Amino acid sequence: MTTTLPARPVIETPRPVPTAPRRRKPRAYKIFRVVALTLTVLLFIAPLVWMFIASLKTNVDIYDASKTVFFTPTLDNYDNVLSRNNYFGFIFNSFWVALLSTLFSLLIGVPAAYAMSRFAMHRSALVVLMARIIPGVSLLVPWYFIFANMRMVGGFGVLILSHMFVALPLIVYIMISYFDSTPLELEEQAQVDGLTHIGAFLRITLPLSVPGLATAGILSFIFSWNNFMFALVLSGANTKTLPVAIFNFVSYASIDWGSLMAAAVVVTVPIMVIALFTQKYIVSGLTAGATKG
Amino acid sequence: MTTMVTTKPSMWKNYSTWANRHRKWLFASPAMIFVGLLIAVPLGWTLYLSVTDSEGSVRAASNLVGFSNYLEVLTDTERFWPAVMRTFVFTGGALAIELVLGMCIALLLWRPFRGEKWVRVAILLPLVATPVAVGMMWRLIFDPNIGFANQVLSWIGIPAQPWLSGQYTALPTLMFVDIWQWTPMVVLMLLAGLTSLSDEPDEAARIDGANSWQRFWFVTLPLMRATVIVTIVLRGIDALKTFDILYATKGKGGGSFHEVETLNIYAFGLSFDYNDYGIASTVLILFFLLIIAIMWVLTYRRKANRS
Repeated sequence: MTTTLPARPVIETPRPVPTAPRRRKPRAYKIFRVVALTLTVLLFIAPLVWMFIASLKTNVDIYDASKTVFFTPTLDNYDNVLSRNNYFGFIFNSFWVALLSTLFSLLIGVPAAYAMSRFAMHRSALVVLMARIIPGVSLLVPWYFIFANMRMVGGFGVLILSHMFVALPLIVYIMISYFDSTPLELEEQAQVDGLTHIGAFLRITLPLSVPGLATAGILSFIFSWNNFMFALVLSGANTKTLPVAIFNFVSYASIDWGSLMAAAVVVTVPIMVIALFTQKYIVSGLTAGATKG
Repeated sequence: MTTMVTTKPSMWKNYSTWANRHRKWLFASPAMIFVGLLIAVPLGWTLYLSVTDSEGSVRAASNLVGFSNYLEVLTDTERFWPAVMRTFVFTGGALAIELVLGMCIALLLWRPFRGEKWVRVAILLPLVATPVAVGMMWRLIFDPNIGFANQVLSWIGIPAQPWLSGQYTALPTLMFVDIWQWTPMVVLMLLAGLTSLSDEPDEAARIDGANSWQRFWFVTLPLMRATVIVTIVLRGIDALKTFDILYATKGKGGGSFHEVETLNIYAFGLSFDYNDYGIASTVLILFFLLIIAIMWVLTYRRKANRS
């Protein structure tokens, strides 16, 4: 496993400039490329658009094949989801759990990643990365009973702990690759100037690592926001997160498709907006370790 | 150390010196203890439960039954082995298609072009979408009566398909959903690998008269070996553990015929629907060993190939 440890983050990799003028591609290839790319984009976007359209339809319209494209949009589904089903509460729960689990994970994950990078602690890194490999279900039964004994099930604490378990390996993985690529010289310089090792880390390396921290933080927030299984078992009536709330929507006899799609839009849109504005960071985090040669 | 030695070092200075000397473990241990506690204790407990006949409640009295659970599970051809098979079919099938499709799209995106940014955004969206919401979305699209999928089929004259509700179509349909959501991940990883390649080998092959297919197969692909393996490992682990879209679309037990019941779904059901902790723990230990074995083979082979 140690071999999958990332060597350097992609964020710093500049797009190589072609050294020689490229041979002109035939026109047929250009057309093929445009068509293929358009199809690709359509394939990935169309279902999401469909979900959004359905969320604006009444259930009668959803069942009516003649109204696939032309219909009178309505916001009733959103009204139903947000005001009558208390989705603002679920949004708050999801946000709170994601925020706190991300902050705590950064707090303990970043120094750990720093030490693991500087001291080449490959085996220790493997321990943390184990959390990413192990199937979550195998921990859930013991967790459930241990935390039930401590009267924590149904509270925010246990949810945050379980989401940290997802966030921590991610943060450590991304930050190790980031610290590996940060030069040692600046820290050594700072020590010559009288800073201690820890002082150099806090005042020199950490401020220089803001892009890496942003990458790790954003991804860990997204993973926590999207997490379903841990919340399904460990959340209570007052701490239910959005994915669990959406899942509960269909456990009744008939499915209210319009509202279900509105709920699905409510959970995905915030994440997609974050993704649009932080695209560069997300990509560099997801591909950390991809270019190890 | 540049700390000046004074005759009366302050308390703070003592702490500071100590902290700096032990910074390696001071920094690393909180995270390691956190993960260690959350893994070691539960895993030990799961290991213990797997040799007991624990049922109903973990606190209820249970007896040590030795390896009889393992014997029972390993000879269970009704639920366990089909679940193993489905896990492999789902993971292997989805992963293979994601790799091929992902490589094609990555190659299309490789060279800069106008509007590149928008294509990248489009590809990123499925990747960050909440899996449960994605499951619900496809559930509507693949609904046999009102879904858009059958509507499209009817336009081109193909009879309606049962999709998610069919005994034999549910698993392939969910593989499609997995492919839709995670091919972008493969694209991004392969693209990162492609952009880090130097142009020279490709140019040299071009000068030697190699066509584009030959250049891809004999030059680019071998150079991408490491990236491809990292992609397979990362995506493979997640695919083996797929839970959200399966549970969100088919619910408990993977449908009425257990048609999408993978190992993860099976173990979850045993644990939280049937409270059959002994058997559940056995299945989980076997599942865990399976994942470790696959990982070991992938990374071991990689090392062997390198030397």
